Amino acid sequence: MKYIIAIFFTIIFALQLSAQDATEILEKVDDNMNSETSITKSDMIIYGRRNSRTVTSVGYAEGKNKSFSEYLAPAREKGTKMLKLEDNLWIYSPSTDRTIQLSGHMLKQSVMGSDLSYEDMMENRKLTEMYDSEVIGEELIDGRNTWVLQLTAKVVDASYESRKIWVDTERYVPLREELFAKSGQLLKKTELKEVKKIDGRWYPTKMNYKDMLKDGKGTDFVVLEIEFDTEIPAYIFSKAALKK
Amino acid sequence: MKLAFQLAYKNLLGAGLRTWLNAGVLSFAFVVIIFYNGLIDGWNEQAKIDGINWEWGNGHLLNEKYDPYDAFSIEDGHGKLAADKQENLTPILIRQAHIYPNGRMMPIQLKGIDPNQKTLYLPTDLLNQSKADFPVLIGQRMAESAKVKTGDDILLRWRDKNGTYDAATVTVVGIFETNVPFVDGGQFWMSIEKLREITLLADQTTYFVASENYSHTETAAWHFETQEYLMREQTKLIETKKVSGSILYIVLMTLGLLAIFDTQVLSIFRRQKEIGTYIALGMTRWQVVRVFTAEGSMYSIFAVILGALYGIPILWYLSKIGISFGTDGTEMGIIMAERMYPIYGLGLVFGTIVIVVLSATVVSFLPARKIARMNPVEALKGKVQ
Repeated sequence: MKYIIAIFFTIIFALQLSAQDATEILEKVDDNMNSETSITKSDMIIYGRRNSRTVTSVGYAEGKNKSFSEYLAPAREKGTKMLKLEDNLWIYSPSTDRTIQLSGHMLKQSVMGSDLSYEDMMENRKLTEMYDSEVIGEELIDGRNTWVLQLTAKVVDASYESRKIWVDTERYVPLREELFAKSGQLLKKTELKEVKKIDGRWYPTKMNYKDMLKDGKGTDFVVLEIEFDTEIPAYIFSKAALKK
Repeated sequence: MKLAFQLAYKNLLGAGLRTWLNAGVLSFAFVVIIFYNGLIDGWNEQAKIDGINWEWGNGHLLNEKYDPYDAFSIEDGHGKLAADKQENLTPILIRQAHIYPNGRMMPIQLKGIDPNQKTLYLPTDLLNQSKADFPVLIGQRMAESAKVKTGDDILLRWRDKNGTYDAATVTVVGIFETNVPFVDGGQFWMSIEKLREITLLADQTTYFVASENYSHTETAAWHFETQEYLMREQTKLIETKKVSGSILYIVLMTLGLLAIFDTQVLSIFRRQKEIGTYIALGMTRWQVVRVFTAEGSMYSIFAVILGALYGIPILWYLSKIGISFGTDGTEMGIIMAERMYPIYGLGLVFGTIVIVVLSATVVSFLPARKIARMNPVEALKGKVQ
């Protein structure tokens, strides 16, 4: 009987430890990937059936609730601006000189034909707030040791019921992420590569987002320049900035 | 009056080819008007029957938050109706989803319906008969655009009421053909209970389709749209077509009536001696006017007879085989069968006859009035007045 009780408590303790470890890992990942502010210049390479196109943009972000981005190239998209404040998203189009607010079903549309939806970009909660996590194994990705974390939604309104994240054991950077439907169907996959040390933190500078239900190579997101914790003027995060 | 018609009849037959040319032109206008109106009436009748059988039923009871013209209202436009109020109603729940045929992503409307319903022609019994885990029903146009056929499996992605993604492979168990685009393009039909289960929307309905036995009583949070109201777009379209068709009638009638008018003017000019003789024989001037007016009217009667001779076989034949315009009206969002069958009502035929005869009479009378002002002696001498 003593043995059974001992084994029972050992299992409970091990499970708690695993959950705690996973939560700690996620918190470190959150800390590493998020900053007070960031200014990012990036290329979004959208692969189509026959060709690909590159959209260059500069993005300003403050915390998780404020972001502003302006498209710099190609000429057709140049001047298009997007502002996100809390759960609201506005888009300014220079060709029509109009600002529209996206809501409802429009948020599920793809951004510039990429594999990312506006809603994917809008997600502003930390993983630790939305998911219970558990370390389910270790794997080697591109020569780096990773923990494999299984995330299960603890809130009812998470877009994805479960996720799997491969986190670099030394740098606390996710190197791969898979997003699943309630049925367990794999919906999206993200590969994060070319991890560099920028301003004292490890950060992936090349990401590939792939809608696994569609054909194609997905969408690459390449960070050209990034600055963390730089002061950003308040007017950037206002609707007036869209028309400037 | 009888004398006037006898004289008019003899004069017209005596005029030979000129009479038959006038009657021919007018008969053409007469036949075309009946044909065009018959075609529009046939289309209207067919569209209404198809609309009622496939989409409108005896009216719709919609959730107050649902607006059929606003796709954004689908998300929240649903509610629960007490079971005792659902008698003679077929519930339909709409959700937005995506399908992935051959690696492409296509947005669709996922519509849940009671598989046992008999109100609409949708072959929903196929959903019951199928052994597939997740059977769906689609229309011919949806099948063509997604390039799927009966028995194909297709990946479907949707969100539950909380916004969480879910996905499953569905099986197309039937493809139906309909002229009604509102139940076909961009839509997947499935069992409403299954849709409620996978979206966590238990007992929720977007709108109900009423059957013939339904009688509406006011229900909070729901509003009823009658069959006539649902038909209004189609009715307006038909009315527009009729108005645009009337331009054609005016052109054709003008050509026919102009011919009669010209003939009358020429007759009065050339037959002055005859007019003088009639008056000399004791006819009053207005009796002579009646003779000439009767001649003009008789053109229209000849036109009706001539039109009936060649029109009846042609129109009857067209009403049997129908006419295909080679266009698919459903692509334009209207109910239009591939082949339209004209319907010629008695009202249409007799109405057209009355219009043609009256118009011809008026057009004949106008130049004939000149006779009333003629000097009979001068007329008898044949002097131009």
